[in-house]
Parts: sequence; structure tokens; C-alpha cells
Amino acid sequence: MSNIIKITIDGRECTARPGQTVLEAAAANGIYIPSLCRFEGLKPAGSCRVCTVRVGGRYQASCTFPVSEGMAVESAVPDLEDMRKAIVEMLFVEGNHMCPTCEKSGNCELQALAYRFRMLVPRFPYLFPKKAVEPAGSKLLMEQNRCIKCLRCATGIRTKDNKKVFGPLHRSVEKKLFVDPALASALPERWARKAMDRCPVGCILRKEVGFAVPVGRRKYDKAPIGSDIEKPRS
Amino acid sequence: MPKGIIETVVARHRKDRTRLLDIVRDVREELGRITPEDTALIAASLGVSTIEVEGVVTFYHFFGNEAAGTYAVYLNTNIVAAMKGSTAIKAVFEKAAGVPFGNVTPDGRIGLHETSCIGMNDQEPSAIINGTIFTRLTPAKAKALVTAMEAGKDIRKLAVPLGDGANASKVVRSMVHNNIRRKGPVLFAPFRSGSALKKAASLSPEDVIAEVKRANLLGRGGAGFPTGLKWEFCRREKGQPHYVVCNADEGEPGTFKDRVILTEMPHLLFEGMALAGYAIGASEGVLYLRGEYAYLKPHLEKVLAGMRRKKWLGTGIAGKRGFTFDIAVMLGAGAYICGEESALIESAQGNRGEPRDRPPFPVQNGYFGKPTTVNNVETLCAAARILAKGADWFKTLGTPRSAGTKVLSVSGDCKKPGVYEVPFGLSVASLLAMAGGGDARAVQVGGPSGACIPRAQFERAIAFEDLATGGSVIVFGPERDLFEVVRNFMDFFVEESCGWCTPCRVGNVLLKRELEKIMAGKGTVRDLEEIEAWGKMIKATSRCGLGQTSPNPILTTLQNFREMYMAKVDAGRAFISEFDLEEAIRPAVAVTGQKPAGHAAEADHE
Ligand SMILES: Cc1cc2nc3c(=O)[nH]c(=O)nc-3n(C[C@H](O)[C@H](O)[C@H](O)COP(=O)(O)O)c2cc1C
Ligand code: SF4
Repeated sequence: MSNIIKITIDGRECTARPGQTVLEAAAANGIYIPSLCRFEGLKPAGSCRVCTVRVGGRYQASCTFPVSEGMAVESAVPDLEDMRKAIVEMLFVEGNHMCPTCEKSGNCELQALAYRFRMLVPRFPYLFPKKAVEPAGSKLLMEQNRCIKCLRCATGIRTKDNKKVFGPLHRSVEKKLFVDPALASALPERWARKAMDRCPVGCILRKEVGFAVPVGRRKYDKAPIGSDIEKPRS
Repeated sequence: MPKGIIETVVARHRKDRTRLLDIVRDVREELGRITPEDTALIAASLGVSTIEVEGVVTFYHFFGNEAAGTYAVYLNTNIVAAMKGSTAIKAVFEKAAGVPFGNVTPDGRIGLHETSCIGMNDQEPSAIINGTIFTRLTPAKAKALVTAMEAGKDIRKLAVPLGDGANASKVVRSMVHNNIRRKGPVLFAPFRSGSALKKAASLSPEDVIAEVKRANLLGRGGAGFPTGLKWEFCRREKGQPHYVVCNADEGEPGTFKDRVILTEMPHLLFEGMALAGYAIGASEGVLYLRGEYAYLKPHLEKVLAGMRRKKWLGTGIAGKRGFTFDIAVMLGAGAYICGEESALIESAQGNRGEPRDRPPFPVQNGYFGKPTTVNNVETLCAAARILAKGADWFKTLGTPRSAGTKVLSVSGDCKKPGVYEVPFGLSVASLLAMAGGGDARAVQVGGPSGACIPRAQFERAIAFEDLATGGSVIVFGPERDLFEVVRNFMDFFVEESCGWCTPCRVGNVLLKRELEKIMAGKGTVRDLEEIEAWGKMIKATSRCGLGQTSPNPILTTLQNFREMYMAKVDAGRAFISEFDLEEAIRPAVAVTGQKPAGHAAEADHE
């Protein structure tokens, strides 16, 4: 098997390595495919579906779909962009997102994508669910109004002996992420911070450390999401 | 002591984390509940985190993280049950027990719970009480059941009269009726035990696959994938061992044909599994049985034991050295998504029934990550018959593209609900004539995820090239409100979404709300455009077959019964406010005792 695979993304010729996902290959070629649940270094969950692309007429999540020789990928086309925007809107109406009071504002990937898609008001009615702010062990809080069920915490935060600290409960729209409180309390400080930093929104919060960086000087206040990957086009 | 009991149960399952569903089921049975403390004890005994066990417990409808009642009543609320009077039955249960559904009586004795289709559509209204099935419920029977439960009677003794065939046997002793209305040559013809296995053993595994391929057998579970090809892919995979999994989850509302096959033809099925094992090089098979059919497990175990005695299972099957195969029966616990093959595998491994990403497919990465073929009950039976009678014979049945017969589960507004084995190519109209449903207004083919078709399409054929179906056919008579049907189906998908991905988890809720807005007369033409656009988007972006088909009840009725929607929307107006001022200020009015000054309030509203 050759070590270089040729694919096209929106007609642009790209090279990829076997085993790469479409999203990874795109990024390596300077093409940003918006995504939300994916986190560099963690096994992708394919849960948010924001990175949906079309391959051979079929829809695939580019974060989990492997490249193959000659593949023609459609990504930044109007109908797909609208679907991505719609998914972001769904996540907004599923929870209760009050950005101005949120610790993650400016660092929040959901908010950053909403800006990118120029979302004003969601096309869907708000569901206004009743959710709580819950202590998750002694170090962390979970602001359930903001959880988008990306599963990064469930995938990425384990104890030294590989026990799951976070995990999903229930199913359907009742699904929620929570912790084993004893294991969450025992997380070393570095991992508690990691849990908070990996959360794309402001759901998992380290107690007592809020607003260390002022709003206005945060990641997406400085540069829009995806700008690290997208090369300026001539 | 709960601790002692839990540790004993966990030890009985060899502290095996992958047996978590069995462990939870046994603990529930022994303690009559699962509290968070019990979950924590299970987690500790297995050496995993509490959240992991709680995640599994809360995923399954029949586990729930609370007490279900000493007698746990699960009343079917699917559309056909509703058509046959389950609403009245529900009221009787509530009145007699003194608590509304979703609750347990204060003494903890009787729990009333709703559940989606339990595979008894041909004998509704039905309920499951502590695993025992009650069919054709009447208000009087429901009342008598409550009295008996209050008196602490053995619930199994109340399941009378017994049904027909093996349902009446000592091991099953169930009220369930087979209702086999039409026997065909593939599934329900007499079968001589061992005839398929002997034939298979006389061939090489490759030739068994070739025969199944030549017969053009397509999967009967819904997707219609060529069975021989699936087996060939699986056989070629290098990982070891290989597994055969039989999908007996039968969760699509309106289908119950696998129930009847499992009751009357289990030996045919097990031969099919064994020869599939021979073909793909597997010596272990798993039958994943939906929790609702737990009452059939002893029967299936007994048939398996008989086959082991006769050497149709075990080592040296059919006298052939190296032909080794055996089958374990595993139980689900109430989750439609576990019919999806990769979710089924997760569930069989003791996890939440959440689908996997594909590729890799189960033939590459299946049960415990090993090459696995997952096949429907009917598919495996057909494979056994093909071996026994030959591919040429099989191909004389059905149409050129859809060889063989299909077992259909017919229910709803027809005189003869039940199971019909018919050759592919039969028209819907002919089926309706057989079943006594000639005056139907609409027929739902393929369950909620299939299509709702109008009279004008009744000449269409049941076949993979036209109306493909896993077997569910629901008949709606001239008086039926199809909106209620669609709403019931959407309730089902909202409830059964595994919740993994955004479009299915959130989108179905939004679709249902939009549908209800239209049903309430608050929709406009624009809402019809939106609901269609949203439905298409959910289909496109969802991760698995559930979300990829869940908008179908809306989309297919929008297409085939547009006039019904047009009659509901106000065609002249671009916008109708959902905001109801009166309703919004009602609490304030109640508290203050003041009525708003009418004009001012109305002016604001405009
Ligand atoms: C949501 C969902 C539910 C399903 N339920 C069932 C089921 O109850 N029984 C079944 O045989 N297949 C079911 N399937 C199809 C299976 O994924 C799989 O295609 C089938 O078991 C393969 O067997 P076959 O090739 O013999 O049809 C379901 C699929 C989806 C997406
Ligand atoms: S489509 Fe629905 S059932 Fe399938 S993975 Fe997504 S949420 Fe789960």
C-alpha cells in the first residue's frame, strides 16, 4: 500500500496518509472542517455531527470517517454549512446558554462556532429544560445547563488505574454526563484542570478558579475558531 | 443484607464486567429494586467506577434506577395498543391501584409503567408483569389482576387461558397466541432436525457460503444485505475467534414474527446459526433476545439442550470432525436501539446499547472486537432451509431480485391480525384481502421507520425492489387519525434515541414539537416547509439507522397525505403566534387576584 493517498476536498487536491480521518487530512492540508466534540489526542466520539461532510453522496462525520484513495469530499458547500449551523442551534436550544454570565465565554467552542456560522437566533424553539448546577466531587462543579454531551470528559478523564471518572447516564434527551464523586474528588489538581479545559463549553468547572483570564482576552476573543488551521486564501 | 446478596450475584457471574446486564437483572430480582447504593456495591464488587454501572443501569428501560414495584406492570402504549383500547385499560389499572402510571403504590407492591411495543401487536392490549405476558386485556381482567397483586398471588398463575402451540407447553405456559395465518414453505413448513446441518457438513465452508450466495438470500432484519456476502467477508477476516450473533431483538413497533419463529421453529433457527458458524469459522454463537421475550428463554434453552444431546450442537456436529458450535442466549432489557447490530454487540458485552462508528463493520470488529456476523432470526432460518432444500428451489419463490418468502407481522385494523409467510412480490392489496383489512385508509409498511402509504399505492409489492420491510405491517382503517399515529411514532423515537448524537437526540424532540404545533392548528405553510427541512437534515446527519429513519413518519405522511396537513395549517397567514397571553399571566392573576385591564394587555400582545 502506498503511503500517500490522494483525495479532493471541495475540488481541492489534497494528500493524506492511510489511517487518517477526513477531518485530520483536511486540517493537514490547511482546510478547517468545523467540529465540536473532537479533541486532539482523544478517540473521536462522533457525537456532535458538526463535522458532517458528503462523500459519494453519503453523509459522514469527518472526525471518524477514514480517508481512501480517490475520495471526493464535499465540505464547505451551502447545504452542509447550513446543517452544521442547525446542529449548533440545536445544542443552543437543548440547553440554557447564558453566554454573558458564563465562565467559558470567549473560550467556549460552541459560542465560537455560533459566531463562525453567524448564528443570530436559533431556527428552533428553545426547550428551556430544567437543569441544575451540581457538585461533582470536591473539586469540580457541573453546570448541567451547558452540557452538550460531547463525551470528551467520559473518553478522556480516567484514573491512574483506568477507571472512568465521567460517564453518561440515561438516554434520549434525558441523557446527562456525571461523575463517580469519589473518583472525581480524588483527581489530582492537574487532571481536575484538564477536565475543565477539555470541556468545550462551560459545563465542567474547577471550583474557586473562575474568571482567571478576563473576558475580552480569551482564546476566541483574539482569533476566530478554525483560524489556526485555515490558511489565508489568495 | 444487600451487600451479601450483591456480592453473591456478582460472584455467580464470575465478577465478569461483561455480564453486567445479567448481574443487574439478578440483583433487581433478588432485591426488587436497584438504588444508587446497590449500584455502588455492584461497582465495588466489579472493581469499576460507580458512574460506569449507573450508566448501564439507567440506559435500559427495564432497569431504571429505582424500585419498579414488587409487581412491575409494563403496559404497552404503542399505536396499535391504543387503537385496541389500552387507554381504557390504563385508567382501570390506575383506579384500581390508586396511583398514576409512572409510580409505585406507597406500599411498594404495584408499579405501573408504560412501555413501547412489546411484540404482541396481534393481541393487544397487552402488558408484561414481572416477565409474564398478559394479552387481550379487558377492563375486567385488568381489575382482577390488581386485586390478585394486592393479595400477593403468583402472577404466572393468572396468565390464562394459555395460547396455542408451544405457548401452551409446560416450559412456556404463556397466554401468547401464535396467530400463524399463512404458512409458507421456508419458515413454517415441517423441518426434519439435522437435515440442514447434515447437508452443510457434507460441503466445505466455502461451498456453504456459495450456496447461500447463489440463493440470493438478503437479510430479513431490514437492511437487506446479502447474507452470503456478509459470511464471506467475515470468513476472510484474520482475527480469531469469529462469532455468530442472532439478532432477536425485534424492536420495530408492529413486528412480532420473530417471536412466533422462536416459539415454533427454534430448531430451524439453531441449525441456521450452527451452519453459519461452520461457514464463517466460528464455534460460538449468541442469541440476543429482547427482554420482552424473556418468557421464551427456558423454552429456547430446552431446545438447545435437546440439540446438544442429539449432537446437533457441541463437538463433531453431524459426525463431522472439527464442526464445533454452541449457542448462548442473552437477554436485552428494553432498548429499541439494541436491535441495531453494533449497539446489540455493545449490549451483549454488558455496556450501554450505543451504536459504534462504522467502518469498521461487525464482520471486522464485532463481538469483543472479533469478526462477527449479525443476522436476523428469519435470515438464519432461511439459510437453514436453503441448505436443506437447495438454492435452486429457494429461487423459485419470490421475485428475481427478492428470492424466497417474507414473514409479515400484520396488525391494526384488520380482521385477522397475525403472521403471514408470503412470497416476495405480493401486493399490499392482496395482503389486506387475506388479512381482512380491505377498507384500510393507510398501511404502515416497515414500522415507524418505514413508510405510511395511501390506498393509491396498495398495488405496490412487498419486495426489496419496492416496499422493503423487516416485516411490520400496520393497517389503519378509514376512521383513523393519522396525526395520532405519527405522534405516537415520534414519541417512540424520542424515547428510544440512545442520545449519542445531536440531530437524533435533540432533533426528534424538535420534530415532535413542531408536529404538535401543526396538530394544534397553530402551524402555517412555512411550518410544513420547516418540518420537512428539519426531517431531512436529521436523516442526513444522524449517526445510525435510528436517527437516519426517525423522521420518516412525518416525511412519508407529508408526502402521501399532504391534504391532511394542509387542512391543519392556516394557508393565508405567514405567522401564528404560539404565545398565549391569557395562559402566560394565569399564575400572576391567580396570585394577585387581579385581572389585567383588557385593552392594555391586548394592545401589548398585538
Ligand atoms: C434502530 C435499528 C433497529 C434495528 N432493529 C433490528 C431488529 O430488531 N432485528 C433485526 O434483525 N435487525 C434490526 N436492525 C438491523 C440490524 O442492524 C442488522 O442490519 C440486522 O440484524 C442484520 O441482519 P440481516 O442481515 O439478517 O437482516 C435494526 C437496525 C436499526 C438501525
Ligand atoms: S442516531 Fe440516535 S440512536 Fe443513533 S447514535 Fe445517534 S442518538 Fe443514538
